Amino acid sequence: MRRQLLPAIRILAVLTVVTGLLYPLAVFAIGHVAFSDRADGSLVRRDGRVVGSSLLAQAFTTARYFHPRPSAAGTGGYDGTASGASNLGPSNPALTTAVRARAARYRTENGLARTTMVPVDAVTASGSGLDPDISVANARLQVARVARARGLPEQRVRLLLDAHTNGRPLGFLGEATVNVLDLNLALDRLR
Amino acid sequence: MTGAAWLELGVLLVLLVVSVPIFGNYMARVFGGGSAPGDRWFGPIERLTYRICGVDPDREQRWNVYAWSVLAFSLVSILFVYLMQRVQGHLPFNPTGATGVQDPALAFNTAVSFVTNTNWQNYSGESAMSHLTQMVAFTVQNFASAAVGLAVAVALIRGLVRRRSGTLGNFWVDLVRGVLRVLLPLAFVGAIVMVSQGVVQNSHGFTKATTVEGRTQQIPGGPIASQEAIKEAGNNGGGPYNANSAHPFENPNAITNMLQMYLILVLPFSLAWTFGRMAGDRRQGLAVLGAMLMLFLTTTVLAAVFETNGNPRLTHAGANQAVTATQGGGNMEGKETRFGSATCGYYASITTHTSTGAVICAHDSLTPLGGMMPLVNIMLGEISPGGLGAGLYGMLIFALLAVFIAGLMVGRTPEYLGKKIQATEIKLVVIYLLAVPLVILAFAGASIVMTTPQHSILNPGPHGLTEIVYAFTSQANNNGSAFGGLTGNTDWFNITGGFAMLVGRYVLIVVALAIAGSLGRKKTVPASSGTFPTNTPLFAGLLTAVVVIVVGLTYLPVLALGPIVEHLNL
Repeated sequence: MRRQLLPAIRILAVLTVVTGLLYPLAVFAIGHVAFSDRADGSLVRRDGRVVGSSLLAQAFTTARYFHPRPSAAGTGGYDGTASGASNLGPSNPALTTAVRARAARYRTENGLARTTMVPVDAVTASGSGLDPDISVANARLQVARVARARGLPEQRVRLLLDAHTNGRPLGFLGEATVNVLDLNLALDRLR
Repeated sequence: MTGAAWLELGVLLVLLVVSVPIFGNYMARVFGGGSAPGDRWFGPIERLTYRICGVDPDREQRWNVYAWSVLAFSLVSILFVYLMQRVQGHLPFNPTGATGVQDPALAFNTAVSFVTNTNWQNYSGESAMSHLTQMVAFTVQNFASAAVGLAVAVALIRGLVRRRSGTLGNFWVDLVRGVLRVLLPLAFVGAIVMVSQGVVQNSHGFTKATTVEGRTQQIPGGPIASQEAIKEAGNNGGGPYNANSAHPFENPNAITNMLQMYLILVLPFSLAWTFGRMAGDRRQGLAVLGAMLMLFLTTTVLAAVFETNGNPRLTHAGANQAVTATQGGGNMEGKETRFGSATCGYYASITTHTSTGAVICAHDSLTPLGGMMPLVNIMLGEISPGGLGAGLYGMLIFALLAVFIAGLMVGRTPEYLGKKIQATEIKLVVIYLLAVPLVILAFAGASIVMTTPQHSILNPGPHGLTEIVYAFTSQANNNGSAFGGLTGNTDWFNITGGFAMLVGRYVLIVVALAIAGSLGRKKTVPASSGTFPTNTPLFAGLLTAVVVIVVGLTYLPVLALGPIVEHLNL
C-alpha cells in the first residue's frame, strides 16, 4: 500500500481543487449572473427589509393571517438554523396525543364543529419544519376566520386564495399547494 | 393513489428508458480503453493530472494492486475529511462561525461516512459544518466515493469479459475518468437547473429576517446546489442541511424533486447497460436490468400505496387523510405538502434501492409497512439498481450465485459469460453475502441487550427495534438514510457505525476485486447445450428469486419483530 499512498495524496489534491473549489465556484458564478434572487434564497422584502424567504415557512399565530403547518424545527418551530422533523413513529402515543391536541385547537380557532375531520397537513409536523405550503383544503377552512379578523367579505379572501393556489407543476408532479407567506403578504396589500 | 402519482412514476420510467442506452454506451466507451467522446476536451486535462500525480495511465494493475490503490485512496481521504472537521474553526469561508468538531468519535464516523459513500450523519449540517468543509471535504468525497464504486464495478466487468488476463485496468485512470467524464458534467448541469428553481448557492451565513409578525428568523445559505446535484448523481445522500432533501432550499419544488429522482437512478441503471455493452452481448445487460427493475418497481409502488393509505391512528385523532381534489392526503407526519405522500413513498424507495440515503420525508414517521419498504430495499443489498457501481457489482455477485444454484439443479459446472464458476469464486461470493448481515445483526443485537444504546431510542415498542436495525442496516450497506429519531451521536453508535460502514464498503470491494482477478485469469469456454443461458428473461427471474430468497432467509425474523408486529398493533 505504501507505493500507492503518494499517487493517492496527489490525486486527492487534484480532485479537491477541481470538484471542491472550481466546480462550486462555477455554479456560484452562473447562479449569481443568471438567477441571483434564487441563488440567494428567494428572499422576500417589504419596505426594503427582509421579512423571510418565500421558500421557508415562518410562524403565523394571529387570526388575521393564514397559519402554516406545525413545525418541529428548533424548540419554538420554524427555526432556520435547525431544520428537521418530529421523527415520531406511527405507533407512538405522543404522535396521537399531539395530533388530537392540534385538531382541537384548529377547530376552536376556525369555528368548526367538534366532529369535523381536520385536513391532515394542518395537524402533522412537516419533514423540514420549514414547509412553506399548506393544502388547499386546509387554506379554505381558514378563510372565514381570516376574513372575520380583517373585516373583509369572505368572498374576497376566497378569491385571493384561489389566485394564490398553485396547481401541480406540469399538471402531475407532486401536489397542489398554497404558499402561506405569499398569500399573507397579498392579504396585507388588500386595502 | 391518484392518476397524477401514477403518471409521475411513469414519466420517470420513460425518462430513464430514454437515457439508459445513451449513458450506458457513453460509460462503456469511457471505460472501454479506446477513444471516447470528448477526448479533445478531457484528454489534455487527464494527461496533465496523470503527470502531476506521477501515474502511468498505460500501466495496468493486477487485482490486488487495484485493491491496494482503492484502500490507499480511501485512507488518505478519511484522514483528510477527519482533519478538516477538527480544524474548520481556524479556516476561512466559515460565515456561520462553525467551530471544529470536538468529538473525535463523531468526526471519525462522519469521515468514514462520506468516504464510503454512506453519508450517514450524526450531526446537524446547518450548525456543525463550515461552508469550506462542505465544499472541499464533503463535495469532493461525493464525487470521489461515487467514482470509486464505478471503478470497482468496471474492474469486475473487465474480469468477467477478459480472457487469460492478469490485470483489471488502472484504478487511478478509472477514478479520474469517472469523476471528470461522467460525474462532473452531469452534476454541473443538474446544479444549474437546481439553482434556476430556487436551490440556494451563495456565500452567506445566516441572513436575519424580521418576519411579518415581528419575530426573528435566521435564513441559511451556503454552497448548496453544487453539493445537492452530486449528492444525488453520486448516490451519496448527505445533505448540507439537517432536513436533507425535505428542506425547501435543497429541493424547492416537485420539478427539482423529479430531477433528483432521475439523477439518483440514471447512472446505476445505465451501468447495467454498460455491462452488456462491454460483455459484447446487450441481452446480458438487459437480463440484469430486468431483475433490477422487477425488485425496484415492487417496493416503490408498495411504499407509495402504504403512505397514501395513511395511518389509522391519525384518523382516530381527528385527521382527514383522504386523497381529494383539494388535498394530497395520506400519512403527512414528516412529509412536505409540495411532494405529498405518494411521491414521498417513491423517493423513500428510490433512495434505498440505491445507496443514496437522501430523504424528502422522515423515514421514522412512515407507516410501519411503508417504512419497511426502504429497510427491505437496503437489506436487498442496494442492487436494484444499487449504489453507483456498488449496485452492479452486488448484482453480478448474486448472478454468480444464481448460475451456481442453477448449475447444482441440472448437475453441470456453472458458467457465467463463458467463465467457469468454481470453488474459489463461490467461497468469495459467500464471504461477500455474509459479511454485511453479520455486522448488522451482531451490532443491532448488542445494542438491544445493552442499556446505554437503548437510551438513544426515541419511539417505544417494536418501532424502537426498527430504529436500531435500520441504523446498522443503513450504515453497513453504505446507504445513509435513517430512522432519525435514534440519537446516533453517542460514542457507541459513532464507533460501531463507523466500523459497520468500513466493513460494508471495503470487505465487499476487496472480495469483488478478488473475484474479478480470479475470473480474469480464466479462459472462456464456448457455450454448449449444457450451458444455462444468462441473457434471457428466465435468468432475470431466477436472479430475482435468488436475491429475494437469500435476503428473506437472513432478515425475515427481525422484520417480523419490528415493522410487521408494529403494523399488526396499529
